Amino acid sequence: MSISARLMAILRGDTEADRAVPPTGFTAQLTLFSAGAMGFLAVFALALSLATGRLAERWSSELARSATVRISAPAGQAEAQVLAAVRVLETTPGVASVRVLDVDEQLALLTPWFGPDLPLEALPIPQMIDVVEDSSGYDAEGLRLRLQAEAPGAVLDDHTRWRKPLVRAAGRLRGLGWVAIVLIAATTGAMITLAANAALAANAQVIRVLRLVGARDVYIARAFVRRFTMRAFSGAAVGCVLAMLAIAILPRASEAGGFLTGLGFQGLHWLWPLCIPPLAGFVAFWATRTAALRSLRELM
Amino acid sequence: MIELTDVSYSYGGGELLSGISMALQPGSFHFLTGPSGAGKTTFLKLCYADLHATAGRISLFGEDVRGMDRDAIARLRRRVGVVHQDCKFLDHLSVAENVALPLTVAGRDVHAYADNLMDLLTWVGMTEQVESLPPQLSGGERQRAALARAVIMDPEIIIADEPTGNVDWEMSLRLLSLLVELNKMGKTVVIATHDLNLIRAAKAQVAARVLRISNRQIQLAGADL
Repeated sequence: MSISARLMAILRGDTEADRAVPPTGFTAQLTLFSAGAMGFLAVFALALSLATGRLAERWSSELARSATVRISAPAGQAEAQVLAAVRVLETTPGVASVRVLDVDEQLALLTPWFGPDLPLEALPIPQMIDVVEDSSGYDAEGLRLRLQAEAPGAVLDDHTRWRKPLVRAAGRLRGLGWVAIVLIAATTGAMITLAANAALAANAQVIRVLRLVGARDVYIARAFVRRFTMRAFSGAAVGCVLAMLAIAILPRASEAGGFLTGLGFQGLHWLWPLCIPPLAGFVAFWATRTAALRSLRELM
Repeated sequence: MIELTDVSYSYGGGELLSGISMALQPGSFHFLTGPSGAGKTTFLKLCYADLHATAGRISLFGEDVRGMDRDAIARLRRRVGVVHQDCKFLDHLSVAENVALPLTVAGRDVHAYADNLMDLLTWVGMTEQVESLPPQLSGGERQRAALARAVIMDPEIIIADEPTGNVDWEMSLRLLSLLVELNKMGKTVVIATHDLNLIRAAKAQVAARVLRISNRQIQLAGADL
């Protein structure tokens, strides 16, 4: 019988067979609670992984094609150097557009740090030039040399210096999210194995009687496997629903919110947590079946 | 049907049974007697493959049990009805569910056997206790329910280990008459008992052979019984 057919048989159940093994109230409640807690944590790990994935992608795509030229020059030379730098940039192959930031835009950039009443004209603020490259890209080292020659106060910042570690960190965070999900699944498996072993030990006499009347190991194992699979599935389902509700009521993402308010699911990503209860059920099925058949072999 | 060839069984460094060779023929009725601790239960367990001989060969229905895996042994046990001295019921199930347990574990539709189940419970006189739980039964009721469970799969062999050990004489005779009836239906019956009066009572009804275990050997008992 294939795994899927087995799972279907488990979901259908066998009332007579299920009754052969007495219910274990406390173990059942603990299993349900543990599966629920694991489901809850798994949803958050999933949300973390997906959110950091989105973040890494956004940082990569948004910053990959933009650069900034910063010109710091004495007051008398600033304008001339800006014009020179714009000329260099406009004639550089791979540069799609060049735009000198006006006073209001520069003020908007500084407002979060210095407040809205900043006397920008009284401060030696460098002039910023926004550069967008085309799909072919430009030669950053060549551009730096040309800028140095034409506008000595110009510094090209292609964001690579701080973009790469951020993207790398986001990627690692996403990886850690998946590792957390794997660890949660493994812990669920270990917890179910312990609970199944305890249930098997507590029912040693029942198992003995079942064997004496002709029960095969697979039949005995099935009674335990179905219980633990259903408990893990239903516990994880409750945990998932609660976690999804908790994520749904998190504050919305905003410009100022940054990463924390972006933690959550977007669009079809809301379907991902629905995979967790079946995954918990499958882990429980596999763990209980393995534990039960091993214990039954040892009970020979 | 059950054939033992030079069978020995050791446990904990001591030999309980040694070099036993015998055959139980279909339709026969055997008593197994001997002092407590002589190895009667061990012998019966060897007969239904609950224990494996440490030496020799045991053949059930023509098959050597040594080479059988657990699934094969499970299938074999459905052909052997066993009445244990302590009955071995599942206390959380009703009498009817316990009696039907061999059907359940064999994957049969218990509802299709409802009439058979009721006939069987009527035969052992347990129709009033169908819904009772095992701890609510008297010793005699437990043994009769255990007998009903042992025969529900229509086995070819009935093995009973001290079935009258915990019941009064009247109930012993009632259980004996049920076992004799099964034998007359063609079942092979093996009963372990140390109750010589029961053996004498049986001999008046059926051609029973008496085997005695002593000094790790099984011998056919003489006519003094």
